[in-house]
Amino acid sequence: MDPKIGVYICKGCEIGRSLDIDQLIKEAEAGKHPVCKTHDCLCSKEAVNMIRQDIEGEGLNRIVVAACSNRVFPELFDFGKNVLTDRVNLREQVVWSHTPNDEDTQMLAEDCLRMGIAKVKHGEPPEPYTEETSKDIMVVGGGITGMTAAKAAAEAGYKVFLVEKETHLGGWATKFKKTFPKHPPYQQLEDTTHTELIEEISKNDNITIHTSTVIDKTSGQPGKFEVTVSSNGQKSTFMVGSIVQATGWVPYDPEKLGHWGYGISPDIVTNVQMEEMVNNGGIKRPSDGKPVESIAFLQCAGSRDQDHLPYCSAVCCRVSLKQARYVREQYPDAKIYIIYKDIRTPQQYEMFYAYAQEDEGLFLTKGEIAGVAKDDDGKIVVDVEETLLGEDIKIKTDMVVLATGMVPTTKVPDEILEEHQQALEETKEEEEAKTDDGKKAAEAAEPGAKILNLTYRQGTDLPTLKYGFPDSHFICFPYETRRTGIYAAGAVRAPMDFASGANDAYGAAMKAIQSVEAVGVGASVHPRVGDISFPDFFMQRCTQCKRCTEECPFGTLDEDDKGTPLPNPFRCRRCGICLGACPERIISFKNYNINQISQIIKSINVPDEFEEKPRILAFICENDALPSVDMAGLKRLQYNPYIRIIPLRCLGSMNSIWVGDALSSGFDGVLLIGCKKGDDYQCHFIRGSELANTRMDNVREKLTQLVLEEERVQLHELAISDYDKIPKIFDDFLEVIETVGPNPYKDM
Amino acid sequence: MAEFEPDESQIRAETLVVGGGIAGMTVAIETAELGKHVILAEKLPSIGGRVAAMHQYFPKLCPPTCGIEINLKRIRQNPYIRVLTLAEIGKISGSPGDYEVEITLKPRYVNDKCTACGDCEKVCEIERDNEFNYGLDKSKAIYIPHLMAYPPRYVVDPEYASDERMKKCVEACKYDAIELDMQPRTVTAKVKAVVWATGWRPYDATKIDNLGFGRFKNVITNVIMERMASVNGPTSGKIIRPSDQKEITKIGFVQCAGSRDENHLPYCSAVCCLASMKHATYIRELYPDAEVHMFYIDVRSPGRLEDFYVKMQEDEKFHFHRGKVAKIEENPANQNLVLHAENTLTGQITTTEVDLAVLATGMVPNTADEAPPLETPLDDFGFIVPDTGKGVLGTGSAVRPMEVSASIQDATGTALKALNIGTRR
Repeated sequence: MDPKIGVYICKGCEIGRSLDIDQLIKEAEAGKHPVCKTHDCLCSKEAVNMIRQDIEGEGLNRIVVAACSNRVFPELFDFGKNVLTDRVNLREQVVWSHTPNDEDTQMLAEDCLRMGIAKVKHGEPPEPYTEETSKDIMVVGGGITGMTAAKAAAEAGYKVFLVEKETHLGGWATKFKKTFPKHPPYQQLEDTTHTELIEEISKNDNITIHTSTVIDKTSGQPGKFEVTVSSNGQKSTFMVGSIVQATGWVPYDPEKLGHWGYGISPDIVTNVQMEEMVNNGGIKRPSDGKPVESIAFLQCAGSRDQDHLPYCSAVCCRVSLKQARYVREQYPDAKIYIIYKDIRTPQQYEMFYAYAQEDEGLFLTKGEIAGVAKDDDGKIVVDVEETLLGEDIKIKTDMVVLATGMVPTTKVPDEILEEHQQALEETKEEEEAKTDDGKKAAEAAEPGAKILNLTYRQGTDLPTLKYGFPDSHFICFPYETRRTGIYAAGAVRAPMDFASGANDAYGAAMKAIQSVEAVGVGASVHPRVGDISFPDFFMQRCTQCKRCTEECPFGTLDEDDKGTPLPNPFRCRRCGICLGACPERIISFKNYNINQISQIIKSINVPDEFEEKPRILAFICENDALPSVDMAGLKRLQYNPYIRIIPLRCLGSMNSIWVGDALSSGFDGVLLIGCKKGDDYQCHFIRGSELANTRMDNVREKLTQLVLEEERVQLHELAISDYDKIPKIFDDFLEVIETVGPNPYKDM
Repeated sequence: MAEFEPDESQIRAETLVVGGGIAGMTVAIETAELGKHVILAEKLPSIGGRVAAMHQYFPKLCPPTCGIEINLKRIRQNPYIRVLTLAEIGKISGSPGDYEVEITLKPRYVNDKCTACGDCEKVCEIERDNEFNYGLDKSKAIYIPHLMAYPPRYVVDPEYASDERMKKCVEACKYDAIELDMQPRTVTAKVKAVVWATGWRPYDATKIDNLGFGRFKNVITNVIMERMASVNGPTSGKIIRPSDQKEITKIGFVQCAGSRDENHLPYCSAVCCLASMKHATYIRELYPDAEVHMFYIDVRSPGRLEDFYVKMQEDEKFHFHRGKVAKIEENPANQNLVLHAENTLTGQITTTEVDLAVLATGMVPNTADEAPPLETPLDDFGFIVPDTGKGVLGTGSAVRPMEVSASIQDATGTALKALNIGTRR
């Protein structure tokens, strides 16, 4: 449908008294749009009704609201799915942050208005992509977490396929006798409750249980995952909409522990073996079956250790306190030692620790384990150093329990990672030998843990962040993963106990449910929740460069044999990183595309005379940097009026063509402002800021082509709270531009 | 967000969430993103809770504002959420699947015509203690609580609503937004589940006599440190000595200030070790030469947070002392503080003089003072006992002390637990 644009300019909140509104409305009218109006207060009910009536009466399908930031009452200016609306921010980003009634401020306002009009004129209201999808959920892993996730989703009315590789459900809980106190007064051990849970889910008609089953292949996308499983040689296939991965943990391999003594005597066991012993008839000295008179629990056996597991498994202190209780129950007089680095019993679990300390035969000592040896009489001697008593001590005991940590099942063994790295380097060398045009070597798929066996171009399992735990914004969005529709829960996500795992299961089930519902209506999940736009590929012009298929942080695109991208719209998070990656510019969203942004750049009036009016174009991340600029305005910080801002869905979606467009149309410089990258990345799309950085190579290429100085384009990282730094970033850049001089393309 | 019409007296939703901090916001958003109606009731004038007052999150040292921004965006665009501010929960009657809740909406004295233009604030003559900054600075009597406040509208401190001087503000408002005669009103919510996400407050440090808070100016608490470090805080991000505004050369962190202590909070608040280490990074950034001393019983950095602790240990100017600070004294000559610590195992006493001492105080559940109106099992400390099937559904730090990530995790699951109550009936 042809755009019919209504332009509305607000005069409230100092806009009217700081700008020449008549001039502004003339500027709008020059475009011959059916409606151009001003109002004293556009956010008033009366004004919003006026716009609604115009939409109805004049058949408007594009609205430009030139008033305040789109962060303010966006719901007021939501005119339905057939109307594309843009908010031109005259308040925070123009009059509150620039000199009133000033020529430069007026020029800024006029440019902003033209940019807003260009944006709606060259965009279209998005329409969702829908297909028939499944709302069933697969839960992988039948431990406490997996069973609880299945129960949670089934209770909500969803059909669940529960897949467990062992012959029975229950996971580690079947091997453990008791668990820590969850209830006040937090002193007594509690039952693991797995039997009740198994019974409950076995009776639930919404849950289909597949034990002794492994996943051969998971293909497709959210709403349409086709899962092929094998059970005792029998293959079967089913369709699900989303997946909860609750595959848990394995104990750290005690054989690797060296001086901790595992293997030198059967009387040195791990905490898992201890649990099994308790469950199978009680605690006896493994070497001779005799009663235990003394026992030492050695904490952090391989944990908090850069040579083994650098992280803390969070549960082992409580496990040892619990196992000390088992010992005490069986042997009222046994001496029990716990040697620790720090006792970690957070929250109300402190009461469990405090209660344990009442046991007079329990000795808790801070210290480092120097060695564990077998004495001539068969007893175990533990060398402890750096105790706070200032002396080294030796403890002679009947038995030693090593408190080993938890390794997520998503952890890919180091050997495989090394192999992958080697293969990658070899391919790279080959590629480099073959081609000399600097084209990036084709990246091999990431090695996965081979649990879900996804048929994704980017790898078989969830991409991990560190130590095998799934990559996510683990602070703000703990359930996010980089594979849409697949959510990790329990100890595979972070080390945790049964109670936390059960709790975690509900969260992951919630996300899995949201995912199937969102996909059903063609909408995105986090972080652009509800976005119904999706990328369209003009395949005829694709050169199979594979940039999009490699760069998508969410593995949305697969490839055919020739390397042509195969889109999976339901995997898409709508960040537009593919659009930024594509050198052929064949990827577009209806309401966010290459031409639209090029047209916005074109709509800006670049004065010929540099000395007085330099112009800088700033591409900024709309998630953090843009609100930060808003906050500068809310704080009435004043900044340079020569900057023109174009918000992007993610700085990773910046296509270098736009930088070329800007420079060849006379802009003196281009600023790129995005989020922090690296290990502590803040990018909402995980890889976006990293990729924006790599895009700088293309930008430099562009600059060379245009015979322009490298300094004309700068990339900055800005956190949302860095609003106080904005004026300086702008001023400093203008200083640089002044030194470099005007853009020679200005008057061409 | 769905607007609340002034003449509405009854609202229906699947779930009522009480408390608009990060846990409550999460329950509400997650529920609404499934297309289910939800009411988010907050007793303060704006949502955001305690995380809005934090400078950075550990371990990424990223600004909480980033997470709040995206959550507010999710709230703004979602028609299934209704946010009620200045809301107080009255009687709750009914049973799971069918509750009726009385909610009193206290007057904001500013209606929804407010554009937050700021004209009223400019002419307002009355200043009051700014509770958002723990009283370290002042705000006007008509104010926006903080930069991320939602809804982004002014509010009048009720103490001054009838003050003659407020008339000037009324005159300055071009939008007829200020109504000094606004009255409280009551609405009834018909919901299937009630989630209690009322969060925590810092333990009152003045109760820890031996540590000198309130008596010595240069003894502050961890929550005050967060405000001082914030660019939008009372000192615009400068961490300085309250007594003489001097720069910090040597700082002491007093862990378990009142925590793991039978006389105060017997439990562990789980976040304070990491919070103090995070504060050390604030100090390090501002004062690269400053010495940091942290006195602890056990350093508790579970899971991958251990990496953060390891990073701190690599810092040569960061000194860890195993021992509890028994007493803080002030050096009258320079207002420095002398920390007397005892090694918990050897009994050895050490003294360390610092120019600023930060008490790592713990988290007290707000339910300790104000129990939910529906009979709900609480533990000895006032935390809601989870999953008892009785009373309201607790979530976040109303259930146990937890950091923000754990709160969000817990709240996401609680959103489903609440919906399932409705599904079962």
